[in-house]
Amino acid sequence: MKRPLPSMMELLRRPGQHLDVLGRLAAIGVVVVGIGGGFAYVSGVLTPHRLTAQRMINTFEANGGVHPGYRRNHAKGVCFAGYFESNGSASDISRAQVFRPGRTPVIGRFAIPGTNPAIADGSTPVRSMALEFRSGNGEQWRTAMNNTPVFVVNSARGFYEQLEASRPDPATGKPDPAKLAAFFAAHPETQPFRNWVKSHPPSTSFANAAYYGINAFRAVDMSGQTHDVRWSVVPQAPYTPVTKQDAARHDFLDSELEDRLSQGPLRWHLILTVAKPGDVTNDATVAWPDDRARIDAGTLVVQRESAQADGDCRDINYDPTVLPDGLKISDDPLLAARSSAYAVSFNRRTHEEAEASGTNAQ
Amino acid sequence: MTAQPTSFSPLARLLHWLMAPLVVAMLFIGIGMVATLSSWHQVLLSIHRPLGIAILVLAVIRLIVRVTRRTPALPSDMPAWQRGLAHGSHWLFYALLLAMPLVGWSMLSAGGYPVQLAGSVYLPPIVPHDVHLYTFLRAAHTYLALLLFATFLMHLGAALFHGLIRRDGVFSSMTTGARAAGQD
Repeated sequence: MKRPLPSMMELLRRPGQHLDVLGRLAAIGVVVVGIGGGFAYVSGVLTPHRLTAQRMINTFEANGGVHPGYRRNHAKGVCFAGYFESNGSASDISRAQVFRPGRTPVIGRFAIPGTNPAIADGSTPVRSMALEFRSGNGEQWRTAMNNTPVFVVNSARGFYEQLEASRPDPATGKPDPAKLAAFFAAHPETQPFRNWVKSHPPSTSFANAAYYGINAFRAVDMSGQTHDVRWSVVPQAPYTPVTKQDAARHDFLDSELEDRLSQGPLRWHLILTVAKPGDVTNDATVAWPDDRARIDAGTLVVQRESAQADGDCRDINYDPTVLPDGLKISDDPLLAARSSAYAVSFNRRTHEEAEASGTNAQ
Repeated sequence: MTAQPTSFSPLARLLHWLMAPLVVAMLFIGIGMVATLSSWHQVLLSIHRPLGIAILVLAVIRLIVRVTRRTPALPSDMPAWQRGLAHGSHWLFYALLLAMPLVGWSMLSAGGYPVQLAGSVYLPPIVPHDVHLYTFLRAAHTYLALLLFATFLMHLGAALFHGLIRRDGVFSSMTTGARAAGQD
């Protein structure tokens, strides 16, 4: 026979006589709180020192402030539109529709690093190009490239530590050189990037720079075989190093681009570099040897630009893991980190954008 | 009229126990994948989308099963507020299980993302690329997920309360299907 359930008052008054019920209640509490706690743990709220996507973006905001509606990094930029004319040469290593002979529309963006959308173009030697290819079958290929063939760090943690080390000192408005030096000393993998920047003065234009896909990827061919690749775009316009006078003009990159495009479209060759067995794919700071096979997949044609405030690129998150069938991510840990952090940046800036337009409408 | 059953139909029980681990896994995958910077981000994302669509399909089947089959009554000695909470939370479950995948799908559509299920299998966008809509849906996806998780914890606590404390056959009506004698 079952005893009637003791009331709450009865349990509190004579707990000793209801140890079995109390024990079972406690077991239920442990299960519910345990699962709830596990959920909180996975979300990262219980571990303030764990590096999450949110904390990475918070660090950008701590360094350079919040500029509502703008990307948290590479905030200053300009949209462009054009197309990619594939010659079919890359079809041997990738079955992606974009590599079959023919034309694919492209919405892209030129930008420079930093959180400040009004920063001087001369503030950095780095330029970036982002592309979104839209194939007829609904697939997309997004890539966000820099003008340096190697990246400065090879892990999210390294990137975060660099951000921390380059936080502007409130007194001077500039990063503390001692902290930066300590960071570089602790991160010898940054050396190839620093050497490259030292020996390659930045170009006069967005148009005469080559851009590199930063990470390695995997191309998948018709038979399902994979080939490790990196990609880059090589400009038709000859490289010219920037002069002090050019760089002194606040928006020289944008105005120069406008002038060039008024005279006609700009072109780049899209190059796929194919790894040999043993080439590292999980370290963006390590270049592959120069003798690797290079496939000229076709021509990227940039036809016109538009301000990012209302341009087509504004609402695109150039997440480098958005790939068509025929391209896959590699084992480079930076790819997932970029995808995760870009999503947080996109969520925050689109939220701010919606709020701002709500205010304007009132 | 047939007599009210004392347990859920075998099909309803099968759907419940098939979906329960999937939905709980989905909540953990979702909250984890947006936080992590590791390669888990990509792995979890690639599970999250097809699993969400699978749950949508199962939720539709389950709703049909729910409205076409009779369900056992709650014990008559349960206080009215508990009965209200039990019925309310069950319908909230149905609403959330249908809404979450649809909000997720619309959210990706509004954000301009391709909705990739697996390989070259894509779902079409169901709303236009519009970041104002995106930002609303993106927030809704998070808040509804938290509501779903809270509802699940309450449901779990209540189910164990029925099974371990009240021992009134409510728990077994969704597990073995056998209701202890003399409980009604």
